[in-house]
Amino acid sequence: MIRVTAIVTAVLAVTATSAPADETAPQDVKFEDLAVAASLTGKPGDPAAGRDVFKDRKLGNCLACHTNADMQKELFHGTVGPAMDGAGDRWEPAQLRAIITDAKQVFGEQTVMPGFYSLAVGKDVREDLVGKTILTAQQIEDVVAYVATLKE
Amino acid sequence: MRNRYAIVGLGALLAVATALPAAAEPVDDELVIDGQAMTVRTAAPEGHPFDELLSGWLFREAETRELEADSFQNPGMLYVDRGADIWNAVDGTMGKSCASCHDDAADTMKGIAANYPKWDADAKRPINIELQIDKCRVENMGAEAYKFDTPDQKALTTYIKHQSLGTPVAVDLSQGDLQSWWDRGKDIYYTRTGQLNFACASCHEANSGQYIRADHLSQGQANGFPTYRLKQADMVSLHNRFRGCIRDTRAEFPKAFSDELMALEVYVTWRGTGLSVETPAVRQ
Repeated sequence: MIRVTAIVTAVLAVTATSAPADETAPQDVKFEDLAVAASLTGKPGDPAAGRDVFKDRKLGNCLACHTNADMQKELFHGTVGPAMDGAGDRWEPAQLRAIITDAKQVFGEQTVMPGFYSLAVGKDVREDLVGKTILTAQQIEDVVAYVATLKE
Repeated sequence: MRNRYAIVGLGALLAVATALPAAAEPVDDELVIDGQAMTVRTAAPEGHPFDELLSGWLFREAETRELEADSFQNPGMLYVDRGADIWNAVDGTMGKSCASCHDDAADTMKGIAANYPKWDADAKRPINIELQIDKCRVENMGAEAYKFDTPDQKALTTYIKHQSLGTPVAVDLSQGDLQSWWDRGKDIYYTRTGQLNFACASCHEANSGQYIRADHLSQGQANGFPTYRLKQADMVSLHNRFRGCIRDTRAEFPKAFSDELMALEVYVTWRGTGLSVETPAVRQ
């Protein structure tokens, strides 16, 4: 347990120094009522950039688990998570921000969805990724802006 | 606070479940290899999280399934042939081959690999086919242990396991301390690793039957290993696949035949109890 705490502290220290001053660091994101009200960057997200992050296998790779009718030209939509069609009707941007930042804060520990801007990760994280989040704060904002456009 | 999240979370998950596309079912098909029927579906042993165990063969596309069903087309059979040559080749300082002691593998190795991993009383840890081969080479042949995943190691392992084709997997956990290694393997199976924070169970238990991109998630059974994997166009050993899966969670991965992966092999093999050995299986 002491070892875990030490690692967590070290991880936090690394990120705290790497996050730009105007961005909310992962450990400072405030979840209230299953939502994150404030933008992580103070800047609006770019839906077009978010669309790229959504399908890029090296970035969000959201399509690996979610089908998305807006991306019918892309092959191989996964089915692990719910379809994205109409997600912008079902969720407010603040809720989308919470889910994409750290889905376990919304759906509980059992969800398989990774925390894309969270340092509460699995053990033995690859050395070069320790203290790093899957996406940047701005990429989270971009994906939030994109998913919010998915209305039926 | 945590409880409230959990309750709301459950509600959200239930709501989500109804919106899910129907899980793509594994096919209802029968696998017959060289006239021999394989058990690709069977009732799970007591204490298993699933009711029914399914071979990964049922989750693959029709063309892939056909490749395995036809020994003349199965690319893994080249490894079986190579393994047969190694079986009969003298190696090491004692001037012996496998056949010098074990004669015809078709008789002496028949059904043997279906009961591995076993307990190794000398090493006081589980032993699998690869390690059993090494033990024999070092102690009885005066040859060196194979380096992990060398083609000869994969070929000889494939050849020996192939002598159990069709035999149901049955690990005897009452041997030595095998049960405690099973316990440890179970812990590892449910431990989330890496930046993506996935356990084995995240994909192969909670989401078996779903798709990640083009990959139809099977139950992650070990009964077909070493297996010919089309993606890699090569034979893939079980520990290679363990490491690949853990790597894909963006984690550092254990060494082949380490305590962690031996424990995982004991547990994962048990999860396929009753399925036929299919080595060399063909997978995506």
